[in-house]
Amino acid sequence: MSGLIKSSIARKVVMALSGLFLVFFLAQHFTINITSVIAPDTFNEWSHFMGYNGLVQFILQPILIAGVIVHFVMGIALEIKNNKARAIKYKKYSGGANASWMSRNMIITGLVVLAFLGLHFYDFWIHEMDYKYIAGNAEDPTRYYQETVEKFEPFWRTVIYVISFVLLSLHLWHGFASSFQSMGVNNKYTPAIQTFTKIYAIGIPLGFIFIAVYHHLNPITH
Amino acid sequence: MKLNLKIWRQKDANTKGEMVDYTINGVEGDMSFLEMLDVLNEDLINKGKEPVQFDHDCREGICGSCSLQINGEPHGPDRLVTTCQLHMRKFNDGDTIVIEPFRATAFPVIKDLVVDRTAFDRIQQAGGYISVNTSGNTVDANATPIEKDKADDSFYAATCIGCGACVAACKNASAMLFTSAKVSQFALLPQGRVEATERVENMVRQMDLEGFGNCTNTGACEVECPKGISLENIARMNREYLSATVKG
Repeated sequence: MSGLIKSSIARKVVMALSGLFLVFFLAQHFTINITSVIAPDTFNEWSHFMGYNGLVQFILQPILIAGVIVHFVMGIALEIKNNKARAIKYKKYSGGANASWMSRNMIITGLVVLAFLGLHFYDFWIHEMDYKYIAGNAEDPTRYYQETVEKFEPFWRTVIYVISFVLLSLHLWHGFASSFQSMGVNNKYTPAIQTFTKIYAIGIPLGFIFIAVYHHLNPITH
Repeated sequence: MKLNLKIWRQKDANTKGEMVDYTINGVEGDMSFLEMLDVLNEDLINKGKEPVQFDHDCREGICGSCSLQINGEPHGPDRLVTTCQLHMRKFNDGDTIVIEPFRATAFPVIKDLVVDRTAFDRIQQAGGYISVNTSGNTVDANATPIEKDKADDSFYAATCIGCGACVAACKNASAMLFTSAKVSQFALLPQGRVEATERVENMVRQMDLEGFGNCTNTGACEVECPKGISLENIARMNREYLSATVKG
């Protein structure tokens, strides 16, 4: 078993599976968030369900956090190993001649997304934990829309969100299709997977950017 | 052509190396890159200086001996050729060419541009064979029917010459393209299936022990490979490894 954990291929598969899980989660997250633009009442309803459903809160949420931690820790471990594999660097290295910027800089885009997650958790998750479990407030199924829109009032926060989603797009651009290769899928469906990856990597982050900018430009007037 | 060369010089494995500048005149476009270095070395010898050490053997692109990181790319800027097949017509008069050894912790420099690539030999020895007694009772290879597409894919994998360009090109110095080619050439054939499980486990274990980095699917190896070994082989090796793990 220890041999399996140390195996380069096993680690690749762990990265791929945790990455695909997070990709799937992004789509679900976006589906809920876009309702904040087109149907605020639905957004409140769905957000309340996600916030108080036992399965979501105590089973799915811990799995999601574990997925993020596994993906991050394994990514850092692989980066350290890969740096050791070329202790003496080239004086001249034409990395761009044979591989995309996105594929060569997953650690940079990944760390930016991780830093963004810190802010995102502070903004919403910690606030939610405080509201429910520390302050002990009563359930209010109508508060989510207003809280979300108010978050995007500051220009600086909206800019950080937009930049982070651009970096997320670059991360997905390589990572999504790459995870299939890591799991041994390279066949007649690969071109379709690569095309879907590009659509997804642009579409989902662009959607999140739209939501952030929309709420920034359309604040709730009191 | 007159060229400016920046070449890595290192006395031995234990001595720190450095880039040294040389100027070479009279380079013809029809010369191979190694012939250009031969001319440089003749000049250095005539001046009583130490010639530049570099690996070479067949000089026709099939032995895998020649290496060199040329202007940041293994085997230089041309595609699907080894350094011995790279012609100087790919460069222009007055160009500066940076020449370094293949860099990887698993490929330590022996001297100048010569690196120790025996890590590949050890990976091969860990499982890159089939155990068949060939003394007197050899079975005709054609007696076993093999699907054409599998035979072709096996052959393409077997064209890997083990030069190490995949390792040199990879930002992680990963040897997965080499190892996967050696796994694939047997995995695709019925003769190789018998030992498929232990082969992939042993070769991947040895690859990891040698200190190569991990593949992050950048695809640089496939682009720089002088034999065009495909990334499909890495996917196949991953499948073989996962299958072997499930079988225990």
